[in-house]
Amino acid sequence: MIQIKNLHKSYKMGSSSLHVLKGINFDVEEGELVAIMGSSGSGKSTLLNILGMLDGADEGEYILDQVPIKNLNETKAAKYRNKFLGFVFQSFNLINYKSALENVALPLYYQGIPRKERQVFALEYLDRVGLKDWSTHLPSELSGGQKQRVAIARAMASRPKVLLADEPTGALDTKTSYEVMDLIQKINQEGKTILVVTHEPDIAHMCKRIVLLKDGVIIEDKKVDQVLASAHV
Amino acid sequence: MFNRDRWREIFETIGKNKLRTFLSGFTVALGIFIFIILFGLGNGLKNTFQEFFLDDASNAIFIYPGRTSMPYKGFKANRRIEFKNEDVEDIKQNFPMFTEYVTPRITRSELTSFKNESNTYTTRAVAPGHQFIEKTILMKGRYINQMDLNKKTKNAVIGRLVAKDLFKKEDPIGKYIDVGSTVFKVVGVFQDDGGDNEERYIYIPYTTRQLLEKSNDKVGQIIVTFPKELGHVGAVAFEKSLKKFFKDKKSVDPRDPNGIYFQNLTDDLKQSQQFAVVLQLIVSFVGLGTLIAGIIGISNIMVFVVKERTKELGIRKALGATPRSVIQMVLQESVFITAISGYVGLFLGIAVLKNVGLSLEEYFIKNPFIDFGTAFAATIVLIIFGAIAGYIPAKRASRIKPIVALRDE
Ligand SMILES: Nc1ncnc2c1ncn2[C@@H]1O[C@H](COP(=O)(O)OP(=O)(O)OP(=O)(O)O)[C@@H](O)[C@H]1O
Ligand SMILES: [Mg+2]
Repeated sequence: MIQIKNLHKSYKMGSSSLHVLKGINFDVEEGELVAIMGSSGSGKSTLLNILGMLDGADEGEYILDQVPIKNLNETKAAKYRNKFLGFVFQSFNLINYKSALENVALPLYYQGIPRKERQVFALEYLDRVGLKDWSTHLPSELSGGQKQRVAIARAMASRPKVLLADEPTGALDTKTSYEVMDLIQKINQEGKTILVVTHEPDIAHMCKRIVLLKDGVIIEDKKVDQVLASAHV
Repeated sequence: MFNRDRWREIFETIGKNKLRTFLSGFTVALGIFIFIILFGLGNGLKNTFQEFFLDDASNAIFIYPGRTSMPYKGFKANRRIEFKNEDVEDIKQNFPMFTEYVTPRITRSELTSFKNESNTYTTRAVAPGHQFIEKTILMKGRYINQMDLNKKTKNAVIGRLVAKDLFKKEDPIGKYIDVGSTVFKVVGVFQDDGGDNEERYIYIPYTTRQLLEKSNDKVGQIIVTFPKELGHVGAVAFEKSLKKFFKDKKSVDPRDPNGIYFQNLTDDLKQSQQFAVVLQLIVSFVGLGTLIAGIIGISNIMVFVVKERTKELGIRKALGATPRSVIQMVLQESVFITAISGYVGLFLGIAVLKNVGLSLEEYFIKNPFIDFGTAFAATIVLIIFGAIAGYIPAKRASRIKPIVALRDE
C-alpha cells in the first residue's frame, strides 16, 4: 500500500537548516496497523505529514497504492488527499461552527457527492462511531473522546485507502484513549490500512507493528502481538 | 457561480458566523449609506446655490443711475443722473447687433388690495422683454405686451404669491385689483424659480407708470440683454463700449465711478460657475473619500475574516479542498454579503434622503438627491473593490500549507 525509499526532509531556519528525516525506507502492506514511535522531535509528525501529502519531501520516493506521489501541486495534492487519505489529529480539528454531522459530511462535499447522499453517509458513519444521537451537536458540546470519534468518522467517511492518525489519543485520558483505540482496531479489522503516531507504549502495543524513529532514521521495526483495546474498556 | 451546493455551503457559513457576517455587511452598508447621504446633501447645496444665482438670465447688463462725483463738461459734481425713454431708444439704435432686449424698469412699492385683502407689494413697470431677463414663467394669462405699452393700459401681471395672498382660491385673471389707488386688471399670473420674493412682484407697463406719474418720461433703470454668443469676452467688450457711449451721452466723466452704475451679469455668472465647480469638486471629493474609506474598511475586514478562518481553511484543505475552491468560497461569500448589504445601504440612504429632503431647506440644502446611476455605480465599485480586497487574503490563505494552518500554537 505504501512504499517509501530514501526519504529526506530538512527545514530551513534562516541560514541554517534542520535535517529532520535522514533517509527513511519503509513499506506498509494493505490492512496493517502501524504505530510510529520515537521521542519528541524525532520526526514522527514530519513523516506522517509527508505521507499525508500535507508537506513535501526533499528527496526520495513515495508510492501510495501504486501511484507515485511526486511533483504535486496544491490542487493535485488536495485531490489525492480527498481520494486516498483520512486524517485524525491530536487536536481533533473539527470545524467549530458545524455540527457533528456536517463535519463528517465535509470531505464528501469535496468529493462532489450530492447533499442528500452526503447526509445519509455521514449519519451512517456517525452511527458506526456510536454518535448517531449527537449528530446535531456542535463540537463545543462534545467531550474530547466524542470529538475524536467524530474526527475518525469524518476521516472514514471519504472511504480513504489509508488512515493517518497523529497522536489521536494525545489529548485524551486513558479510558477514553482505549475507547478510541478500540474504534481504530475495529476499522482496521475491516481491512483499512492505518498509521498511528504515538508516544505511549500501551497505545503502540494495540497496533500490529511498531516503527521506532530516532534522529530521523528508523532504528527499529517490529511486528508485535496486538493487545485488544476492548479488553481494557 | 451557479453551483447550488456551493451556495448552500456558503449560506450555512454565513448563517453560522453571524458576527463576521454582520461586521462585513455593516461596514459596506454604512459606507454606501454615508456616501449617498453626503453626496445627496452636496447636491442639495448645489441646488440651493443654483437657485440663488442662476435663476435670472446671465446675458444681461443692468444700468443704474447715480450721482456724479466729478465735474465734467461744465457740470458740477454731485449731479443726479436720470434716464429717459429716449435713452432706451438710443441704446437700441446704436447697438443693434449687440442687443436682444432693452427694457426699462421702474420700481415702486404700492399698497395693493382686492376685496378685503390688502398688502404692500413691489411693482415693476417694464417692457415685454423683461420677461426673458427675469426668466418669468407664466402660469396663467399673458405677460405685458407691446399693445399695453402703446395704449398705456392698466393691466397687471401678478406673482403666484400675490395671487395666493389676495385671491386665495379665486381665479385672478380678469379681476380688478387696486394698486396704489389705481385700478388694474389682472391679465396674467407668473411663477419664478428665484424664490418667494420674486413671486411677490407685480408687473405693469412702464408707459402706464409714467402716465400715472404726471406723464413724465423718466426711467428707473435700463436692462440690456445681449446675444449669448458674445461669450464672456464679448460681453465685457460690449459693456465697455456701452459705458463709453452712455456716459458720453449723459455727460459723465469716463473716470467717474459713481455717475452711472453698470452691472454685467456675466461677471456674476462666471464667479458663480466657478463656485459651482468648487462645490461639485467638494461633493465628489467627499463622495470619493467615503468610498475609499469604505473600501479600506472592507479590506481590513476581509483580512480579519481570512485570518480568523485560517485554521478552518487548513482543515478544509486537508479534507480535499483545492486552493481554487478555497478562494472561490471566500470570495463568493464576501461578494454576496457586500452585494446584499450594499443594496441595503443604497436603499436606506435613498429613503433617508427622500424623507429629510424637505426639512433641510432652511439649511440651504434643497431637494437633496443622488441620481440612481451614481448610487448604483458606487455600490458596484464597492462590491468590486470588496472582491479585490477579499481576493488577496483569500489567495494567500489558499497558498498556506494545511500543516501550517493546523499547527497548534
Ligand atoms: N515547519 C517546521 N519548520 C521548522 N522546523 C520544524 C517544522 N516542523 C517540525 N520542525 C522541527 O522538526 C523536528 C521534528 O518535528 P516533528 O514534529 O516531526 O517531531 P515529532 O516527532 O512529531 O515530535 P512530537 O512527538 O513532539 O510531536 C523538530 O525539531 C521540529 O522542531
Ligand atoms: Mg508530532
